[in-house]
Amino acid sequence: MLLEIRNLHAGIDGREIIKGLNLSVEKGQIHAIMGPNGSGKSTLAKVLAGHPNYEVTEGEILYEGKNLLEMEPDERAREGIFMAFQYPVEIPGVSNSQFLRLAYNEKMKHLGREELDPIEFNELLKEKAKLVQMTSDFLKRSVNEGFSGGEKKRNEILQMAILEPKLAILDETDSGLDIDALRIVAEGVNKLRNSENAIILITHYQRLLNYIQPDFVHILADGKIIKSGTKELAIELEEKGYDWIKANSAHC
Amino acid sequence: MQVKRETVYNEIFRISASQTNQPEWLKELRTEALSFFSEVGFPSVEDEEWKYTNVAPIARETFQYDFKVESKISEETISKFVLEEAKKSFLVFLNGRFRPEFSNAQSLADVKIASFTQAFNDPDLQKTLQQKLGSLVDYRKNGFTALNTAFIEEGLFLFIPRDKIIESPIQLVFLTENEKIAFPRCLIVMEEGSEATLIESYNRNQEGKYFTNAVIEISIANEAKLKHYRVQRESHNSFHVTTTCAEVQCGSVYDSTNITLGAKLSRHDVIAIFKAEGGQAFVDGLYLVSGEQHSDTHSVIDHVFPNCLSRQNYKGIVDGKARAVFNGKIFVRENAHGTDAQQSNKNLLLSNEARVDTKPQLEIFNDDVRCSHGATVGQLEEEEIFYLMSRGLHHSLAENLLTYGFAEEIVNKIEVDSLKSQLDEALLNRLKAKL
Ligand SMILES: Nc1ncnc2c1ncn2[C@@H]1O[C@H](COP(=O)(O)OP(=O)(O)O)[C@@H](O)[C@H]1O
Ligand SMILES: [Mg+2]
Repeated sequence: MLLEIRNLHAGIDGREIIKGLNLSVEKGQIHAIMGPNGSGKSTLAKVLAGHPNYEVTEGEILYEGKNLLEMEPDERAREGIFMAFQYPVEIPGVSNSQFLRLAYNEKMKHLGREELDPIEFNELLKEKAKLVQMTSDFLKRSVNEGFSGGEKKRNEILQMAILEPKLAILDETDSGLDIDALRIVAEGVNKLRNSENAIILITHYQRLLNYIQPDFVHILADGKIIKSGTKELAIELEEKGYDWIKANSAHC
Repeated sequence: MQVKRETVYNEIFRISASQTNQPEWLKELRTEALSFFSEVGFPSVEDEEWKYTNVAPIARETFQYDFKVESKISEETISKFVLEEAKKSFLVFLNGRFRPEFSNAQSLADVKIASFTQAFNDPDLQKTLQQKLGSLVDYRKNGFTALNTAFIEEGLFLFIPRDKIIESPIQLVFLTENEKIAFPRCLIVMEEGSEATLIESYNRNQEGKYFTNAVIEISIANEAKLKHYRVQRESHNSFHVTTTCAEVQCGSVYDSTNITLGAKLSRHDVIAIFKAEGGQAFVDGLYLVSGEQHSDTHSVIDHVFPNCLSRQNYKGIVDGKARAVFNGKIFVRENAHGTDAQQSNKNLLLSNEARVDTKPQLEIFNDDVRCSHGATVGQLEEEEIFYLMSRGLHHSLAENLLTYGFAEEIVNKIEVDSLKSQLDEALLNRLKAKL
């Protein structure tokens, strides 16, 4: 098992947001998590990435059999966890390529592999940038600074491509994208998936799932997974709306 | 009991003055300056201009003065501080004295370069020197300018003739030995339509205690352009005080970038004064201090004439128990309609014990102006740190990368590649040092 979440309770400032969540993810799988706004999707993503403001009050998370909650965010990243932010952060004054090289080399160092110098890394970067159709001027610009919403999301996927995580959590990477950008991002993700990694796709809408086929779909409401199924569940949800699920949740 | 150190300077002045054969006007200027210094002494914190900077540690100290031009320095040592682009255009100052024999001006054929002694023997230069020296920085400004003026000996006179475009950056390399006191003095005169790049670099050759007290006067005639980079990287045990004043004429551009990394206690007064219509001045800077360092920048942008533009962007990074002071005054005089002035001072505090005192000041005596100013003091953003950490960067690396990003705006201005990459490295080395 790559990831095992058991009876997770988590929140912020003493307020509970995740209220007893269970989820198991195996290598090679794609899990979609859908849910209405405010249901706790981003909170779950941030808890997995180790955001210091979120507090876990109960339950446990095992990643490759190890206690994830004991690991610092940077350790988690070097061990192969990657979260694509719903709202990527702007880093003024630090160029995208500089940042990516630092991140890449930190990981290489951790794995005991060879670090790349700027020239070598630029070759790799150019190759990976094609995946999300990013031009070289994006690589020279400051991280996310002045990027459009869609460009920021593409930049997240570029980072994923460089870091090759074992577990990627994509938090509403589809929201705010027009249809072309959505296709680029989805194709990028599809090329990155393989039998050795897993993806948790957090989304509000079903449309992303037309491009990236999930193995499982979970519906999150009020901090709990209230229904799990296959991709047909997403279509049903799209047709009937979140109210349907809320009304039925008592029986599931 | 308080020992009055000022008397020491009287002593060394007497010896220095007795062995010179400078022209009368300069002897008089020096004598007046010394008696002014004897009167006022070093500034005290009761003086509004020195409120946050206590120079008692300088006043308390006794330094050695080089009476004769005999200190030596090896070519190899000098070459450590000469930038790639300035290999044939650097001028060395040792313990405050300009030393042509250690300098290389091969690619500066179009520039007149003279020590003050050389200039006295050249009728043309002598006239300009007499006219300009001390005209921009009044020795009565404070005890430090008075002391520098009292000890004018082998200064540098740099004269860039009409319409000459000087391609090689002119690097002034200042080196001071431990225990010494240095009074570097430079006069830079640019004639109409000339263009040049000046790099003023104060370097750390020895790690000890010494004191550099410099005055740099710059006169930029109509349509002339100067790019001026000042980089202060002195020993962290040393004291450093510089007063820079540039006069900007019609259509001329003074573009300066002031980097402060070194010294235990440093103060930079930078003044840009518009002496005609339509000039432009960019006075930017970065101070990065840590440990127990103290850095003070006082700037004055004086809009005396109409339709001039000034931009000021100073950034500060303060770590450890260090302290930084920024005081920026913009004057818009009565007659100066059409003034366009902006000033910004942003500070980043990296520790709870670090401290910044910032005071932007606008004094406007004319309604027809566009002016803005602002100052901030902040810390690193939690969300930015988390974002970088979530990509595998250690906490300290994330912090340092953000710090680097904060400073880049200023460093990126530098158009001399080797200097820019030196500073990039200095910032990035902080990264490695902390890892
Ligand atoms: N930093 C925060 N401070 C206070 N409340 C928060 C914070 N982050 C999230 N919440 C609250 O937690 C709930 C779940 O938010 P979130 O996890 O962002 O939901 P989703 O991503 O599903 O829209 C919301 O009610 C939201 O207001
Ligand atoms: Mg969300």
